[in-house]
Amino acid sequence: MQRNDNRESAREIVVPGDLLADRGMKAGPGTYIEDGNIFASLLGIKSVRSNTVGVVPLSGQYVPIRGDMVIGKIVDIGASNWLVDINAPHPSPLHVNEVPWRVEFGETDRFMTVGDLVLLKVVGVDELGRVQISMKEHGLRKLAGGMVFEVAPAKVPRVIGRSGSMIQILKNLTGCRIHVGQNGRIWIDGDLDNILNAVEAIKLIEKEAHSKGLTEKVKNLLERASKKGA
Amino acid sequence: MGGTPLPEGIKLIDENGRRIDGRKPDELRPLRIEAGVLKRADGSAYLEWGQNKVIAAVYGPRECHPRHMQDPTRALVQCHYNMASFSVDDRKRPGPDRRSQEISKITSEALTHVVFTEYFPRTSIDVYIEVLQANAGTRCAGLTAASVALADAGIPMRDLVASCAAGKVADTMVLDLGKEEDNFGQADIPVGFIPRTEEIVLLQMDGDLTIDQFRTGLGMAVDACKKVYEVQRDALKRRYTIASDEREVAGSAEVK
Repeated sequence: MQRNDNRESAREIVVPGDLLADRGMKAGPGTYIEDGNIFASLLGIKSVRSNTVGVVPLSGQYVPIRGDMVIGKIVDIGASNWLVDINAPHPSPLHVNEVPWRVEFGETDRFMTVGDLVLLKVVGVDELGRVQISMKEHGLRKLAGGMVFEVAPAKVPRVIGRSGSMIQILKNLTGCRIHVGQNGRIWIDGDLDNILNAVEAIKLIEKEAHSKGLTEKVKNLLERASKKGA
Repeated sequence: MGGTPLPEGIKLIDENGRRIDGRKPDELRPLRIEAGVLKRADGSAYLEWGQNKVIAAVYGPRECHPRHMQDPTRALVQCHYNMASFSVDDRKRPGPDRRSQEISKITSEALTHVVFTEYFPRTSIDVYIEVLQANAGTRCAGLTAASVALADAGIPMRDLVASCAAGKVADTMVLDLGKEEDNFGQADIPVGFIPRTEEIVLLQMDGDLTIDQFRTGLGMAVDACKKVYEVQRDALKRRYTIASDEREVAGSAEVK
C-alpha cells in the first residue's frame, strides 16, 4: 500500500510527442520509437519500471487484447454463432464451438438470446482487429441476475487495484459478487443495498482514479455505508 | 477578399506600425484552450482565440459508417467542420457548403499524419469541429482544438498539430489575421505544423505573395505554431492536474 502511494506522488503527466527516454530503455505501452528515442503516444502518466518506460493512459476506448476478461452483450443470433457487443469498435462473433454446451445447428437461441450478458475471454485478436472470444474457460458463463454498469475502460485497472486489492475490498465489504470486465463493464450481484453501496464506491474510484490514498477512501465509504445500513 | 472596400480613413496598419486591434505585426491574439469540456464525447476541447470560439469533439475509434469507406488496414480520421448559423454577422445558411467541405478535408488530412491509424483497422475516428463564433482563422482554430480533443480522447498520436496563419496586410507581413485584416488584406497563409519533427501538415495560400514574402510569412506562422503548441500541452496537462486537485474552476493560460 505504502509503495503504491509513493509511486503516485512521483507521477508526471505526459502529452503525445513528449520525449520519455533515449537509447538504453525499453519502450512500453503508450509509446513509440523514432531514431532510437522513445516518445509518448498517449496523454497519460509516465511510468518507469526497471528499464521499461511507458504511459498509463487516462482516457480512451477499450482495445481488446488477448487474455482479457470481458463482459459482452448478445446483439444478434446466427445459426451457429452469436454476435456479441464487447464495447470494442466492432461486435465479435461467438461461435458455438466456443461455448461450454453442445449446441445443434440452428438452436443457438435456445441457449442465449439477444440482450443476454455473458462473461467471456478474448482468445485472440488478428491484425485486422477481428476479435475471437470464448466462453469455454473455467469461470466463464452467462450472467443471470445482478446488474451491469459501465466505467471508462482506462479506469478499470484502478477498480481492480494492485493484484486485485481494490476489487477484494469491494467484495469483502459489500458481500456482493462482482465481475470486472477489461472493457469497462462491471457486473454486480447481491442484495440491493449492498449493490448500491458497491456502485457508489466504484463511482468514487472512477472519479478519483488517479488520486492518492484511494483504497483508504473506498474503505471508509463502505464502512460508513454498512454502519448506516445496520 | 474583394467585396466592399475598407471604409475611408481607417488604416489596417497605423503610422506606429500597430494593427487595427493594437497588435504588433508578429503578435498573436489571446489564445485559451480547455480540454475535456463535453461529457458524452470520448474527447473534447473548447478554444477561444481572439473572437473565435470553437468546440471540438472526438468520438471513437468506432465502427466506420458508411461501411464502404472503411479501410481494412487502418482507421479513418473523419472531420466534420461546421459553422453555426449565428457564428458570423450575417446569418450563415446552415449545412455543409463548399468551404466547410474543404476545411473538413484538409483538417482530416492534417490529423491523419499524426494519428497512429494502423492501430485501429476498419474503424473511424470522428472529429466534429463546431465554430460558435468566427472572426478569421477558424480553420487554424479548428485544427488546433481538434488535436487537443484527439489527445484527450486517448488516441495514440505522434504529436499534437499546432496551427496558425500569417498574411499580408497593407503590404506588411503580419501574424494571425483578424477579421478586418482577412477581409481587406492582400494574402493569407494558414499553416498546420508538427513542432517535434518540424513537419508541415497543412499549407494553403489565398492571395498573392512574392517568394520572399511567402518565406517570411511561413516563418512567422511556424514560430507562432510553437507558441500555440505550448498552450495545447498546458491545456491537456491542466485537465488532469485539476481533476486530481478536485478544483472545480478551471484556470486559464494565455498567450500574448
